[in-house]
Amino acid sequence: MFNRQIAAFSVALALLLAGCTPAPKGAAPTPSGFAAEQPQPGGTLTFIVNAEPPSFDGHRETTFALLHPIAPHYSTLYKFDPNDLTKVIPDVAAATPEVSADKLTYTIKVRTDVKFHDGSKMTSDDILATYNKIIFPPSGVLSPRAGAYAAVDSIATPAPDSVVFKLKYPSASFATNLASPWNFIYSAAKLKTDIHWYEKNIMGTGPFTYVSNTKGQDWVGKKFPDYFAKDKNGVQLPYLDGYKALIITDANAEVNAIRSKQASIEFRGFTPQQRDTLSGALGTSLAIQEAPWICVNYVVPNTKKPPFDDVRVRQALTLAIDRYAGSTALQKITIVKDVGGLMRPKGPFAQTDADLQKIAGFGTDAAANKAKAKQLLADAGQPSLTFKFLNRNITTPYEPVALFVLDQWKQVGITATHDVKETSAYQADLRAGNFEVALDFNCDFLDEPDLQLAKFWSASGLGKGLNFAYYDDANLDKMIDGQSRETDPAKRKQLVADIEKYAMDTKAYQYPVLWWYRIIPYLNAVRGWRVGSNHYTNQDLETVWLAK
Amino acid sequence: MRRYVAGRLLLMVPTLIGVAILTFVIMRAVPGDIVALKYAGSPVPQSVIDEERHQLGLDKPMWQQFTDWMGEIARFDLGTSLWTGHSVVEEIEIRFPLSLELAIIATLLAIAIAIPLGVLAAVRQDTWTDYAIRIFSIGGLAMPSFWIGLLMVLTTITLFGWAPPFVFTPLTVDPFANLAQMILPALSVGYRYSAVSMRMTRSSVLEVLREDYVRTARAKGVRESLVVARHALRNALLPVITVISLEFAFLIGGLVVTEQVFNLNGVGKLLVDAVAHRDYTLIQALVLLLASVFVLINFVVDMVYVFLDPRIRYS
Repeated sequence: MFNRQIAAFSVALALLLAGCTPAPKGAAPTPSGFAAEQPQPGGTLTFIVNAEPPSFDGHRETTFALLHPIAPHYSTLYKFDPNDLTKVIPDVAAATPEVSADKLTYTIKVRTDVKFHDGSKMTSDDILATYNKIIFPPSGVLSPRAGAYAAVDSIATPAPDSVVFKLKYPSASFATNLASPWNFIYSAAKLKTDIHWYEKNIMGTGPFTYVSNTKGQDWVGKKFPDYFAKDKNGVQLPYLDGYKALIITDANAEVNAIRSKQASIEFRGFTPQQRDTLSGALGTSLAIQEAPWICVNYVVPNTKKPPFDDVRVRQALTLAIDRYAGSTALQKITIVKDVGGLMRPKGPFAQTDADLQKIAGFGTDAAANKAKAKQLLADAGQPSLTFKFLNRNITTPYEPVALFVLDQWKQVGITATHDVKETSAYQADLRAGNFEVALDFNCDFLDEPDLQLAKFWSASGLGKGLNFAYYDDANLDKMIDGQSRETDPAKRKQLVADIEKYAMDTKAYQYPVLWWYRIIPYLNAVRGWRVGSNHYTNQDLETVWLAK
Repeated sequence: MRRYVAGRLLLMVPTLIGVAILTFVIMRAVPGDIVALKYAGSPVPQSVIDEERHQLGLDKPMWQQFTDWMGEIARFDLGTSLWTGHSVVEEIEIRFPLSLELAIIATLLAIAIAIPLGVLAAVRQDTWTDYAIRIFSIGGLAMPSFWIGLLMVLTTITLFGWAPPFVFTPLTVDPFANLAQMILPALSVGYRYSAVSMRMTRSSVLEVLREDYVRTARAKGVRESLVVARHALRNALLPVITVISLEFAFLIGGLVVTEQVFNLNGVGKLLVDAVAHRDYTLIQALVLLLASVFVLINFVVDMVYVFLDPRIRYS
């Protein structure tokens, strides 16, 4: 409430004080520092994190608020290439995994020149301890992503520089999941002493060592001189002497921090209005990078509550939404843009536009779709359907997306009331099934069907606590499991397309509105960082440098 | 007097226990908890959520959670934050100096503005001076302090590209950096605060100026400045001190939005974050702390009355 008031006041005041805010100037929308320029070592990068990390344990937490300040202290087995964020490259691994012919054994060579910040040498025992904690957590240890490694049967370390993962069945996503930004390599010795040690302490092999953390205010790291990585010219990484993450939770204060040059960048994303304000104020001192985002809002009808147990009603709800008109309008005011199915549009698993448009609600003839929606509602005996539409009280992008959807539904005779709740109460209602239709959301670090389809498993099976449409569908479970085990990329893509058709059209269980769009305006002295399609990866700051 | 003081101090205990019970019950009556919130939107299995609830003790019956907490309080242990896992005392220790400093600076500013202007408005009642001061004070009452703060930040950033520092520097480390961060929030809060006190000072002084003893003093030929300063103002200060002290107590934890606007890492922001996270132990500790501040300040004010007005005696 207060934030909204502040936002409204700010906009009015900014216009008043600035007279007329200039149109965004032509700040380069391309990342710099990768091609021609020679990186300049030194300097301290100050960036913004708009939330406080809970514990310090990456294996345990799920928020970007942990990754942005803490990831620079750690390495992972593999990571996403900062120059090409779709490509997985070794981090402390020495090479890509050797995969057996039956695709059940992954042998990974580990670098022998990696040191922890306390000077001890990293070996495959540390990898083993790390992945045992993640995949087979002992009692009392939380590992929310253990399920992503369900295919793993055992882990062994035949040599100090080698680790072997044995799988129960072939898994299409296993190799890329080894690049998960959460899988910080921990010291086996520390874990042996206290398995919870990393919840309150930092000690990794990453490019920066821990200096200090003032809760609610900042997080400081400095260059680790014994970091193992060098750039292609043999220059010791990281380039920066250190970094400071400022914890700033207010959206206006974030803009002010960059505008006053007290911070250089915020890595999660700004709204179009914030981008334009900064662009108008800072002109050529500002650079902007933008990218499609692996985050999406779903409309979720609760199939346990009539009339949403009727597939015709659910189909009518998706048919009524003109996503293309929504994209045109909403991308100007909030962080959504692309129309897509269950996989990120234009991502490796996305259907072609022509195929997507064959799915209910994704066709371009809005009038025909709406007419069909009306017909379906009439057939279901619900010509003037009324219900509450549950949403969370976060302005960006939930509120404008929900208002758009409500308006679309109104055009087919549906009267939905916007039921906005504070996040915790909203989550409680979702988890208790205490709603009729809700606006849910999902964000992932990777274009990976196993991740994006996690909410589509049967609600009483693997989807427990994730699938808020509350259906059980053995057929869909079988389809999701099938694509997960399919290691041929082309065949897997087709299986995913079949799932999209089935889940969003045939059964119309739950469906996306619009995919998010990431906008990063930053001081153009920041080089060597490239925006990706998520706000979780590429945060170790290894290749970031500051132009003098 | 001693008996009265002892009685007042003892009465604080049931008051604070009442506050504790109310806070405990109200927070648990609100739907949702920290675990649901923490994993909002993440594909986390229900088993992980259940395990975390178990670890945090949220699966225990409410009465047991309450008795556990009261047991900790009895041992002067405020517990650990459910969100960060760190000691609640540590969380508060980080923020309290900033909030206290801001409250003190804002209060000093408010007093420096409110009392002279309030007296001046009373002495020059219904003149242009009075009207101007009244407009000034009504402006302060009408505009929320966070809005004034926003205005100040937008002005400085638009005109000079400058915003107050986002990192707190203690006064003892670098007074200049400290002042650079605190001055704008103190001004925005102090202005609103002074407006309340100014109105109170004006009306209180006006009332006293009509008293017989003031007329007597004037009749004796005492200079007007002495009449106002010695006879009127001192007697008019009781309600003003009450307002100032209660506002001071409010400032310690109530500057929620102002702290957000200026990104001040204070107690108000901590409380809002704790509520947003459903961090029960932190909320309970903070509310107890703020209630204690209120109760103590009320007590101190009652004691100050005795020194300001010799007619007041507690028995």
